[in-house]
Amino acid sequence: MLSIRNLKVSIKGKEILKGINLEVNAGEVHAIMGPNGTGKSTLAYVIAGREGYEVTEGEIIFKGRNILQLSAEERACEGLFLGFQYPVEIPGVSITNFLRTAINEQRKYHGLDPVPATEFLARMEEKKKMLELQEKLASRSVNEGFSGGEKKKNEIFQMAMLEPSLAILDETDSGLDIDALRIVATGVNKLRRPDNATIVITHYQRLLEYIVPDVVHVLFDGRIVKSGGKELALQLEEKGYEWIRNES
Amino acid sequence: MEAGIVPIIYDLKEYLKAVFAARQQEISRNDTPFVAGKRAKAFDLFAKAGFPHAALERWRGTDLSRALNHEYHTLPEPPSAELDIDAIFKCDVPHFETLLVSQLNGWYADRKKLLQVYPNGMIIGSLSAAFSKYPELINQHYGRYADDEAESLTALNTAMSQDGIFIYIPDNVTVEQNIQMVNITDFKQNLFLNTRNLVILGENSHLRLVQCDDSINHDVTFVNTVTEVKIGRNSTLDHYKLQNKDDHTTLINSMYFQQDEGSSLSTNAISLNGGMIRNLSHVTMSGAHCSADVYGLYLMDRYQHIDNQVYINHAAPECESRELFKGVLDDHASGVFNGHIKVHRDAQKTNAFQTNKNILLTDKASIDTKPFLEIYADDVKCSHGATIGQLDAEALFYIRSRGISEANAKILLMYAFAADVINKISIPELRLRMDDMVKKRLRGELSQCEQCVLNCSTHEHQKVEFKIDLSKV
Repeated sequence: MLSIRNLKVSIKGKEILKGINLEVNAGEVHAIMGPNGTGKSTLAYVIAGREGYEVTEGEIIFKGRNILQLSAEERACEGLFLGFQYPVEIPGVSITNFLRTAINEQRKYHGLDPVPATEFLARMEEKKKMLELQEKLASRSVNEGFSGGEKKKNEIFQMAMLEPSLAILDETDSGLDIDALRIVATGVNKLRRPDNATIVITHYQRLLEYIVPDVVHVLFDGRIVKSGGKELALQLEEKGYEWIRNES
Repeated sequence: MEAGIVPIIYDLKEYLKAVFAARQQEISRNDTPFVAGKRAKAFDLFAKAGFPHAALERWRGTDLSRALNHEYHTLPEPPSAELDIDAIFKCDVPHFETLLVSQLNGWYADRKKLLQVYPNGMIIGSLSAAFSKYPELINQHYGRYADDEAESLTALNTAMSQDGIFIYIPDNVTVEQNIQMVNITDFKQNLFLNTRNLVILGENSHLRLVQCDDSINHDVTFVNTVTEVKIGRNSTLDHYKLQNKDDHTTLINSMYFQQDEGSSLSTNAISLNGGMIRNLSHVTMSGAHCSADVYGLYLMDRYQHIDNQVYINHAAPECESRELFKGVLDDHASGVFNGHIKVHRDAQKTNAFQTNKNILLTDKASIDTKPFLEIYADDVKCSHGATIGQLDAEALFYIRSRGISEANAKILLMYAFAADVINKISIPELRLRMDDMVKKRLRGELSQCEQCVLNCSTHEHQKVEFKIDLSKV
């Protein structure tokens, strides 16, 4: 699904990622952990195609294709999804219109006709039910006036609607109470299929009590310094990031 | 200047002076002595001050010299009594029930019945007919709120306007229908037009008023409109000014609102197109417990120019004013926002808030925004804020990361930016239509539009259907 090879990325001449190697296969859930400021969000942004980053070396192969030359929207149409740490408010644009626009643009990219309105609304209802969302989403503006938890739930809802091949969730758990955390985790678990994959970026081990990863990576100072099974997360929780710092 | 091209400079002021002297009788054919007196005084003021120029503080950012440098015709004849209004004006906004009040080249259009009295006592019709028919109302209100001394174009209007709309709402009347004033210009030559409106709301009355500007032909037009509005005690006025003119048009639109105790005003100027537009909203609160919401949205491109001048005169205590103006400027478009709030010494417990936000899409577009707070009372809450920015890069990336193209992401963000002014429109049908118009404007589909902003007044055969595909925005 995704292979990142020796990825080096700088921002304004400062090297942030210093040679990332990562293999994610279909059907897997990966967790990337690490202290603040080690490049976790940078990695997420570079994969999603945000401008302003300079890739000095390496490649990102997604579904067999190097995507570094693709724009953010093309990558999304290829099946990438980024769940934002700080989702942006778009007042005046309803979630319904936003998602319908997104889905139809993705369909257009694949040479498909727009999704009929009734089918689209049915899909919204279905996903809402699946995620156990109570909120009246349809008429609300995207993220406007949402609490932190609502914004993150909305990210998961968008992910459910867009059905990406690979979802990257950037600190989706930060600032969530237990209920919201459970909804986010339920979403990820329910959306899990043999043909898709998820990368969960998190600072804390807490989310991993609800989402069981196949592989855990520790990102430290721009490199993945340790990879292992889910027990690695527990070890980290127990020994703290100092342990990694001392080892590396 | 290129060799061989000799610039022609027209002296419009001298031309108008000559017209005023030579056609005195024609100009004042419907005047009462009271109105004629106003006219003479106003013309002296204009003759002394001349047209506004950049050396005046309030005109610093708006240069009229090009707009004035044309050979204009003025004082158009009234339309014939045979004019079939329905053939020209047709409103197609779905479910938008309005009482249509039309003007053609400044003249009240229904020449067969110049003043209509309704069962509830409401009077609507021609201002010049009202001069002699309702002298008490005229003497009490006409020329009392417009400031001929401060604005020479207002003085010129008082001096040379021949007609306009007169609306009188008596005490204790809630007007159920929306009143829609449509000002059409259709003149086969360059036209310099002064039109004058007077709206009087008695006490405890309620009115929704929509003003649309429209032009039918493509000739150079200079429209100088002055509207005086009296809002009586405990009355409310919900007012909209919709502008979608072509690039050959200069529109000077001066609104003078006078509010009595306990009255509420909401006025919203939506400018979608126009070569040069200057909106003045002059609000005087002369009684306590008034509130005024003054809103504006402008979406300008090419070489268009928009100037919004707001003057809130807090002359009485415990009043509240809120201003929100938002604009998107593209290409070489330029804009001015000037927000003057004056709080008199006796106007204690005044709340006055002002916000002006702008997005500049190119480095050639410009905005000159200036708050001006003049406060003589000590127990007041006033705030102002102005922002000028580009589209937010983080938000653009967020939208694009969902698969939406950059071009559409930009439209979406501009639309989101404009939405909170559109959402202030309290007439649902009008809000929906404005919402669609803004979307079309942002997609670049309205640029060449000559229809009025509501597409309500086009000739039948020119009718344009607007079908909005929500999935595009």
